[in-house]
Amino acid sequence: MIPAEFDYVRAGSLDEAVSLLAEHGEDAKLIAGGHSLLPMMKLRLAFPTVLIDIRRVADASYVRVEGDEVAIGALTRHADLVSSDVLAAEAPLIAAVASHVGDPQVRHRGTIGGSVAHADPAADLPTAILASDATLVLQGPGGRREVPATEFFLGYFESVLSPDELIVELRLPRTGTGAWGYEKFVRRANDWAIVGVATVAGRVALTNMASKPVRATATEEALASGASIADAAALAAEGTSPVEDMHANADYRRHLARVLTRRALEAAAGRS
Amino acid sequence: MQVTITVNGETRTDEVQPRLLLAHYLRDVCGLKATNIGCDTTSCGACTVHIDGESVKSCTVLAAQTDGSSVTTLEGLADGDTLHPVQAAFRSEHGLQCGFCTPGMVMAAASLLEENPKPTEAEVREGLEGNICRCTGYHNIVRAVLAAAGELPDSASSASAGEAVSA
Repeated sequence: MIPAEFDYVRAGSLDEAVSLLAEHGEDAKLIAGGHSLLPMMKLRLAFPTVLIDIRRVADASYVRVEGDEVAIGALTRHADLVSSDVLAAEAPLIAAVASHVGDPQVRHRGTIGGSVAHADPAADLPTAILASDATLVLQGPGGRREVPATEFFLGYFESVLSPDELIVELRLPRTGTGAWGYEKFVRRANDWAIVGVATVAGRVALTNMASKPVRATATEEALASGASIADAAALAAEGTSPVEDMHANADYRRHLARVLTRRALEAAAGRS
Repeated sequence: MQVTITVNGETRTDEVQPRLLLAHYLRDVCGLKATNIGCDTTSCGACTVHIDGESVKSCTVLAAQTDGSSVTTLEGLADGDTLHPVQAAFRSEHGLQCGFCTPGMVMAAASLLEENPKPTEAEVREGLEGNICRCTGYHNIVRAVLAAAGELPDSASSASAGEAVSA
């Protein structure tokens, strides 16, 4: 399969990427690792007329502590998240979740900014940043703005990211090494989650239980008011609207959400 | 557009379409046919090559994105007539049946061992999760990777496998 024709330009900096987006309009797409975009282009589900390659933009791939937060450059690859000493010490959920994205070859290319911008409700990292209470730093022609992860995702492959903006950084609270868990249910080794659950510091987020990653609010409230893990996990599917597909119907997904939430919370309790 | 890519140690410049995939560049422009295209959807791993030493699926990379990089295919893995340890181990442990997945398996395994020189069997299996063998010959593939790492799969075959790897 071969993508439709397009022009290819390379941005040397984030500012240049924003200028190129402004210049080429809505027919342009950014490409970093390309592991969400290129498969869609090969299937002719996406056919941008201009690709703006930002993979080699300087100073956009990093994981570092800044005050009470961990800052992650949007171009940081999954493989670099997995091996990050900073994440291991300060936000290990992100590293663990990144190790579940695709397979080693995919993790050598794909970036956290790309995965989040793609906004696939079945993807791992969007759920992880939602559970982590992350803030996204977006840059557009008017400068930078910050959007909480809770407000970023709108629906299937849709977010508040404007066509003329890009994600430049993700910021999340330092959690230390305790109280996190990630459960991902798949049929095949390197697949997307049928259902996934990420938890850290009492927050719980769900993969593939709606048209976007969602927080298990009822579970979080139950935990906050002292409910047992079992009782809190039993509420995990409250308010969700899971998709039905060839892998699972909605009832089965709700069941998975409850079971996986219990397991994730038990894992978190074992680490705290 | 023009790309300059070092392929198996040889730097070359070619005129390519921006949409040319690295897998097609290697096979059709460079004439390196070891790299197979299986699923063409980033799933099977048959097209695995190294970019700057790391495994990637070349069906999901543009040649344009590889401009200025170094690419290694199976043809470039051996050191002259001396097989790479992973290649030698695939031979000694019978790590292939039909052979279609083999170039990708070998390249994925070589990258895995670069990052984790002494993997456990579980780490080998997880490390090869992006490569599918239609013959389902995983058992000997895993044995071969362990043998290449000098971690012999079982003591009974340790002597013969060890000799074959160093041969």
